[in-house]
Amino acid sequence: MAPRKPVTDWAADWDHLDPAWKENPFPIWDDLRARCPIAHTDRYNGAYLPTRYKDVQAIANDTQSFSSRRVVIRETYVEGLVGAPPITSDPPEHKPFKQLLLPAFTAEAVEKLAPSTRASCNQLIDSFIAKGRCDAAQDYAKFIPIRVIAKMLGIPDADNDKFIRWIYLALEAGITDPEALKTADAEMSAYFAGHVAKCLQNPSDNLISYLLTVKLNDQPLTPRDMQGILRLLLVAGIDTTWSAIGASLWHLAGNPADRDRLIAEPGLMAAAVEEFLRAFSPVTMAREVVKDTTVGGCPVKAGNMLLLSFPAANRDPTMFKDADKVVLDRQPNRHSAFGLGIHRCIGSNLARMEITVALEEWLKRIPKFALDGAVGWSDGTVRGPRKLPVRFPA
Amino acid sequence: MTEGRLKIRVIADRCQGHNRCRLTAPTLFQVDKFGNAQAAGDGTVPPDMAEKAKLAVANCPEFAVELYRE
Repeated sequence: MAPRKPVTDWAADWDHLDPAWKENPFPIWDDLRARCPIAHTDRYNGAYLPTRYKDVQAIANDTQSFSSRRVVIRETYVEGLVGAPPITSDPPEHKPFKQLLLPAFTAEAVEKLAPSTRASCNQLIDSFIAKGRCDAAQDYAKFIPIRVIAKMLGIPDADNDKFIRWIYLALEAGITDPEALKTADAEMSAYFAGHVAKCLQNPSDNLISYLLTVKLNDQPLTPRDMQGILRLLLVAGIDTTWSAIGASLWHLAGNPADRDRLIAEPGLMAAAVEEFLRAFSPVTMAREVVKDTTVGGCPVKAGNMLLLSFPAANRDPTMFKDADKVVLDRQPNRHSAFGLGIHRCIGSNLARMEITVALEEWLKRIPKFALDGAVGWSDGTVRGPRKLPVRFPA
Repeated sequence: MTEGRLKIRVIADRCQGHNRCRLTAPTLFQVDKFGNAQAAGDGTVPPDMAEKAKLAVANCPEFAVELYRE
């Protein structure tokens, strides 16, 4: 990425692509929460940044003032691209779209994918355990959601390089480079058109075939809506969970007491997964302000974008005691890592299953591990380690 | 004591299907195919589940779960 003008005032000129944010955003949010809870920047054609839980919650529930038409903040918006419904839909279109997908993502439905996910984790570990080191982000965490979502959609997981490239182009490079976004859009459209055609010919037990049979408002899905849904499931299914698994392993690599406790008390895993989701929430969605209003007493103006920072809300000390600490058995834990309001993450049960299985299998096979060099974090609004070198007794 | 039985309920138009209530207290909730929760049975909370029920209230991201007496 080209060098950017450094941020000197986070309250009036914030930039989520600044190296300080990328490395460690938490002190920035803590500072803003205390002195300017609705920060603004003139970058990105004007955008707000709320950091308090109650403001994030109020915005998420006000779909009249805050539209989901655009859910990624960019320097340039390209018109005419395929959307990603239902995440890019507002009421009343949103609900029928979401109801098409929800039954495939219930806890019962995703539990059926747990055994193959467990096998997949062990296969990945087999590929590097003898070496005594690996990149836990690139060699392990990344492939877990790729394999799960590829299986659900009925597309080959051998295409993983393509998926990762599109995610990078759409969600990282595409923030500042509209050409990157257009490239991802065109390549994904061509790719999925081929797979939709195949499933039309030979329907099988996968989500593409299922989506070819459903009716939305009594009509089959349009090719454009089909394309939008498929890219949502691919993109949102991969880098988010990749980030959550990576950040959890990053924490455990640097905090052997937590690691050893989780091994000694496996019953803590469910609470620990919720706590990792709270402390290292990977996903920040954006909204477009479509109506002048006020949030937490601050005026916000239509035409600006807004970064709906669930990760910052989840570090708000008025909601969470010792908000800046990872407490494995934290109870209660009213986190909003999967969003709030109508756009609650459709894949939340799936993500929980994948994170749980990934951590359980890793800890069984690699109970002792430590960081082995510099960690690299993603750019943009899905935060997680993209480079996570660890070593362990071979 | 005139206090009634402890019961739990889910406010349907707040629930967004996070599933946290069922994860916290599986026997007290049921979830439909869209992920939306409601109290199991008539919502009665057995005495040995009272603590879990309180946690289910406190864990709900949408403030959709309530305890009451009847």
